[in-house]
Amino acid sequence: MKKKIVETKLYKINKKVKFESGVEFGPITVAYETYGTLNENKDNAVLVIHALTGTAHAACYNSEEDKKPGWWDDLIGEGKAFDTNKYFIISTNILGGCSGTTGPSSINPETNKPYALSFPVFTIEDTVKVQKELLDYFGIKTLYAVAGGSMGGMEAIQFTISYPDMVKSAILIATTSRLSPQAIAFNAVGRNSIISDPNWNNGNYYENTEKPDRGLSNARMIGHITYLCEEAMYNKFGRKLQNKNHYDFNFDIDFQVESYLQHQGQIFVDRFDANSYLYITKAVDYFDPAKKYGSLQNAFKDTNAKFLVISFDSDWLFPSSQSKEIVNTLMQLDKDVSYCEIKSSCGHDAFLLEYEVQSKIIKSFLNEHIKEKSFEI
Amino acid sequence: MKFKKHYVESKGLHLNYSIIVDIIEEKSRILDLGCGNGTLLKLLKDKKQIKGVGIEIVQDEVIKCLSKGLSVIQGNIDEGLKQFKTNSYDYVILNQTLQTTQNPEFVIEEMLRVGKKCIVSFPNFAYWKVRLNFCFTGRMPKSRVLPFEWYNTPNIHLLTIKDFFVFAHNHNFKILEGIYTTKANIKNGIQYNIFSNLFAQEAIFVITK
Repeated sequence: MKKKIVETKLYKINKKVKFESGVEFGPITVAYETYGTLNENKDNAVLVIHALTGTAHAACYNSEEDKKPGWWDDLIGEGKAFDTNKYFIISTNILGGCSGTTGPSSINPETNKPYALSFPVFTIEDTVKVQKELLDYFGIKTLYAVAGGSMGGMEAIQFTISYPDMVKSAILIATTSRLSPQAIAFNAVGRNSIISDPNWNNGNYYENTEKPDRGLSNARMIGHITYLCEEAMYNKFGRKLQNKNHYDFNFDIDFQVESYLQHQGQIFVDRFDANSYLYITKAVDYFDPAKKYGSLQNAFKDTNAKFLVISFDSDWLFPSSQSKEIVNTLMQLDKDVSYCEIKSSCGHDAFLLEYEVQSKIIKSFLNEHIKEKSFEI
Repeated sequence: MKFKKHYVESKGLHLNYSIIVDIIEEKSRILDLGCGNGTLLKLLKDKKQIKGVGIEIVQDEVIKCLSKGLSVIQGNIDEGLKQFKTNSYDYVILNQTLQTTQNPEFVIEEMLRVGKKCIVSFPNFAYWKVRLNFCFTGRMPKSRVLPFEWYNTPNIHLLTIKDFFVFAHNHNFKILEGIYTTKANIKNGIQYNIFSNLFAQEAIFVITK
């Protein structure tokens, strides 16, 4: 089959955007991809939002040479859950990221040097604000749906809160309205690992040949432990040894699980920026609309979206109990909400892997929603 | 026990939807426990413009509800309804599900707390055919309404209409209305009134605290 090629495009917000911290920051470039066609009424747009270290490249291929398609290619395309025959799908790279959107590794036009730690600390609310700028540029006034997993789900939540009249429906997958202390703890260890790498050099390493790769790859290894679960690790690796039958009695890699984590760490440093990791994990840790608005009820009070919440029973990083808290709050507020808990042995990673059942659920949710709408017309 | 009784021609299990639709007032707030594929909720939405939520444990059924545009929560009603506020629904419906719950006492208690009124329906295990079936075969009764073997039946708490009366008495809840479905040739005769526990295939009760 011929590969569908899509180009990552850039949009420059030529003004300063006011962040939650009070800082005004700009200009900001947003990297984005789109799939499908925006209709005349501009009401068929679906915003999909990536997880912690994702990119704007959600579907198709960027070139003929690409071996892997975008991160949600199983769900985005003709006839798929996010059907490109019906919807205009937009995916952006997060503010502070390192895959096209302005972040700490970008060049500050005022100094001609990378921002590094002079980049302002931002929040999930700010990342949503930046995406809204892109939607404004497209002239999109209503989002047919906003959807995201993990951190992307947090942004989707924030979208329904920040722009209640804009969002028709929201699909929140393997996400939470606030991280558990356990999840914050893992992020903290990840950040610590980067900061304690001597090559990090207080964030100023962009011109050095030695980068804080060790710190960043350790952070990624910790992350990967949290994305799996005990059962997933047994299924994937068990206690199997890596290319050998006996222990080596040294501190090199013996077990497959060690090898896997090391590999994940190594390939990560080639595509991710250590400072971006610090900033983005911080934004995720800070996210807590219940704190900001007094209660989760208050936070969701004015939302008008129809919600679909999906969780995975083996996900201990963003456990089902946290999804249920969102569902219960919405139900108490009399909002239109549906909830599915998918059985999976994949842990938090399930939202990127269990696409068959997710497809069915999302498709049913979105399709009916479109039918209902056509009745109104 | 005094309450309004009706007798309706039986159209088979799960076809009592129209009876329930008739009971419910327009624009009511409905919670349907064990809503299955959402047929009843959809009917209520279309015919009575209700605002409703369903709870269903089976994922494929949840997906069918979604494709009907319903609001549905995947969950186990045996775990209770603690997420719902007291008196937050006009009707809580438990249609053909009571006999499948692990803890019917707790489920009914929770329903009565959350709903101003509740609708409970179940197959009557004292229906004469079921009695005969048991009497003559000496085995756990099977019928069109109860098609399962003893070892694979989801109906783990089967009951009769009489049992339900005792249950209501012991648990201090009121029966407002009872609807018995039966074969067409048996009408509302006196003898039928007395022997409803014998002739009703299925019972639908409207109850309240």
